[in-house]
Amino acid sequence: MNPRDPLSRVLYIDLEHRRFWTRDRRDLFERWLGGTGVAIQLLKEELPRDADPLSPKNVIVFAVGPLTATYPFGSKTVAMFKSPLTGNLGESHAGGRSATSIRLAGYGAIVIKGASDTPIYLVVDESGAYFRDASALWGITSTLTVGRILREATLGQGYRSIMRIGRAGERLVRYAAVMTETYRHFGRLGLGAVFGSKKLKAIVIRGGGSVPIYDKREYREVYKQVFELAVKSDLMKKYHDLGTPMNILPLNKIGALPTRNLTSARFEEAEKISGERIAEEKLGRRLACSNCPIACIHLAALKEPYPDEPYFYKTTFISYDYEPIYALGTMLGISDIDGLLKLLDVVEVYGLDAMSTGVCLAWATEAFQRGIITRRETIVELKWGDYENYIKAAVNIVDQPNEFYEVLAKGVEKASERYGGREFALSFGGNEMPGYHTGYGAHIGFLIGSRHSHLDCAGYSLDQKLKEPLPPRELVERLIEEESWRQILSSLVVCFFARGIYKPEMVVKALKTLGYDYDVDGLRDLGREIYEEKQRLKHELGFKPEALRPPERVLETESPHGTLKIEYFDEALKVYREMLSRIISQG
Amino acid sequence: MNPVKRLEIVDPERCVGCQLCMYACERRFGDAGFARSAILVRSVGGVERGFTVIVCRACQDPPCAKVCPTGALTPRDGGGVTLNPSKCIGCGFCVESCPIGAIFWNYEVNKPIICTYCGYCVEFCPHGVLRLGEVKGE
Ligand code: SF4
Ligand code: SF4
Repeated sequence: MNPRDPLSRVLYIDLEHRRFWTRDRRDLFERWLGGTGVAIQLLKEELPRDADPLSPKNVIVFAVGPLTATYPFGSKTVAMFKSPLTGNLGESHAGGRSATSIRLAGYGAIVIKGASDTPIYLVVDESGAYFRDASALWGITSTLTVGRILREATLGQGYRSIMRIGRAGERLVRYAAVMTETYRHFGRLGLGAVFGSKKLKAIVIRGGGSVPIYDKREYREVYKQVFELAVKSDLMKKYHDLGTPMNILPLNKIGALPTRNLTSARFEEAEKISGERIAEEKLGRRLACSNCPIACIHLAALKEPYPDEPYFYKTTFISYDYEPIYALGTMLGISDIDGLLKLLDVVEVYGLDAMSTGVCLAWATEAFQRGIITRRETIVELKWGDYENYIKAAVNIVDQPNEFYEVLAKGVEKASERYGGREFALSFGGNEMPGYHTGYGAHIGFLIGSRHSHLDCAGYSLDQKLKEPLPPRELVERLIEEESWRQILSSLVVCFFARGIYKPEMVVKALKTLGYDYDVDGLRDLGREIYEEKQRLKHELGFKPEALRPPERVLETESPHGTLKIEYFDEALKVYREMLSRIISQG
Repeated sequence: MNPVKRLEIVDPERCVGCQLCMYACERRFGDAGFARSAILVRSVGGVERGFTVIVCRACQDPPCAKVCPTGALTPRDGGGVTLNPSKCIGCGFCVESCPIGAIFWNYEVNKPIICTYCGYCVEFCPHGVLRLGEVKGE
C-alpha cells in the first residue's frame, strides 16, 4: 500500500475512561486490505470471547478500506461486534457518508471499547475523539430529531456523518439499528442495542481531508473507466429509477415473495405496493451515498392532513427499499401504501431493524390467530393488513409494556421458544428471515452465511438463474465461493450493488493505482482466507452449526423450485459442517 | 479570444448528494477526497429537503478581489477571479467577503481554494446538475 495513505491509522476509543489513542496498524491493512478483513482481526484482538454482547466488554469496530472515498461505490462502512440477537459475530454494513467521513478524517478503522455510565455522544475528527454529554438527547422519541439537533450542534456540513440510535437502541431491543444520515442503517444484528448498552447515543464523524494517491495519472484514468461503466450499465438505470423495490413484482410473479408469515409466496395485492406504484404515487426524492453515482435511495413523500385545521398538511419523507416493503408490507398483509409508509416511518423513528421487526410481528400475528397467544400478550389485536395496530405493536416492542413484548424484543427465535410456534418462526441462526423464498440457494444461504443474511452469498440470485436445483454439495460450494469473493468486496469496501463492475480484474487495476500489487488469484485466495478467519472467529464465539435447521414453514410453502425437501437441507448442512470443521482444524 | 467559462447549476433539485463533483475537483491534483475541492454539496437542513451546490459563480465585480490586501486575487476578464498563490498571505478576508460561501480553505497551505472554471466536475455529475456555461458580456 501507499506509505502515505492514512488508511492504516486506527482510532481506539475507551468509553469508560474517556480516552482515545491512535495506532498505525500497517501490519493489518497490508495483510487484510481493510473493511471486513481488518475488522475481523481487530475484533479478534479486542473482544473477550465470552463477553456478554450487552456488557461493557463488547467491542464495536468500524472499518473502511482502500477504495473508500477513492473510487465510485467505495461508500460503505463495515461494523463488527458481538451480536445481542444471535450471541455470535455481528456484522452490518451501511453507507451514507459514514465511510467516506471516516476515511477522510484520516482513519481506516475505529475501535470502541468499554461503556459510559451516563449518556454520551462522540465527535470524531482528524485529531481524535471528543466525548460529549448526551443526557439531553437520551429518550427523545425520534431519531430524526436527534439528527436535527446534532446537525446544529456540530460543524462540518457536507463532510460529516451522524450515526445515532433511537429509543429501540436505548431500550436494548436486540434488533435495534444504528441510523446514519437519516436514511441509511446498520440495520441487522442489533448494533443499536450495543450502542444503547454502552450509553452511546451518537457518533458524529467529520472528515474533509484527502487521500494521497500512489499513481495519480493512472488513478484518474481507472476512476474514469469505473465511472463510465457505472453510468452506462443497466445497473445504474435499474437502481436509480425504481431502486431495490423493483424486485417486488418479479419475485411475486415467480412465487418467491414471502407473504403473511410465509403462509404464501405470492401477495395478491403486490401491485399496490410495488416499486413502480410507489414511485408513481409517492416518490419525493432520490439520494446517493457519498461517492456513488447511482443514487438508489428512494424517499417517499407522505402528505397527511392535520385533523384540526383545513388545508393544512404535513409532509414526511420516508425511505423505502425492497426488504422493508417485504417485512412490513407483504409479510403483514399490508397493501395500503400510506399505511405501509406510516409503519416504515415509525420503525425508522424508533430505530428498529425493519426486517426483524416485520418477521417478529408476522410470527406474532399467526400465533395470535392460532390462539397460542391472546390479547393479554399482544395488547392490541393483530390482524393481517391492520397497519394501525401494527404501528402500536411496533411501539410496544420498544416500550415493552409486558413480558410478551420484552421477549419479542429479543427476536422471533426467543419468542417462539417461550410461547410456542417454532415451526412458523422464520429465524435462521437466530436472525430473522430476509425476503426471498426463491429456493434452496436462498434458504441454505441464510443458514450458512456468516451473517445469516441474503447478502452473504446471494443464494436468491443463484436460485433465479438455475432451472434445476444443483446437487447439495455443489450448491454449498458455490455459495461459499460467492461469500469468499464478497469478503474482498467488503474489505475494499465497495457496495455489493457494484459487484458487476468490480470484477476481479477491475479490482486488481484499481488497487494498483493505490500502490497494491495483487493479481486475480491472489485476491481470490485472500477472500477465502478472510472467509476462513471469520468462520474461526465465529467458532471461538461459540457458533453451533449443528443447531442450524430451516424453519418448518419454509418446507411447507411452495417455492419456484417446488416444495423444498428436508433431506436436501440435511445433506447440504452436512457438507457445510464438514467444510467448517476442516477450516477450524486448520486454524 | 475564447469565451470566458463559468460553472452553472442547472437544477439543484436533481442533485442526489453523491458528491462526485467534489471528488472530481480534488482529482484535478490526482488525489481523492475534499481537501482542495472548490465545490461543496451539502444538504439543506437534512437530506430529505435536498441539496445545495456551492461553487464560485464568477461574479462580474467580485467582492473577494476587492478585499484582498495583497492583490493575490485579481478579477478575471469577463467575471470571476484568479489567484496568485505567491502573493497570498492567508488572511482569509476573501472567505469572509463571499456572500455565497464559495471560497473554501486549503488548510495544508493556508490559502483559499478558488474555482478555476475548468469544468472537470461537470464530466462526473451523473445527474445533469452542473454545466460549464459561458459568461455573457454585460
Ligand atoms: S470547475 Fe474545476 S475548479 Fe471549479 S469546482 Fe469544478 S472541478 Fe473544481
Ligand atoms: S455530482 Fe451532481 S448530483 Fe452529485 S453531488 Fe455533485 S451536483 Fe449533485
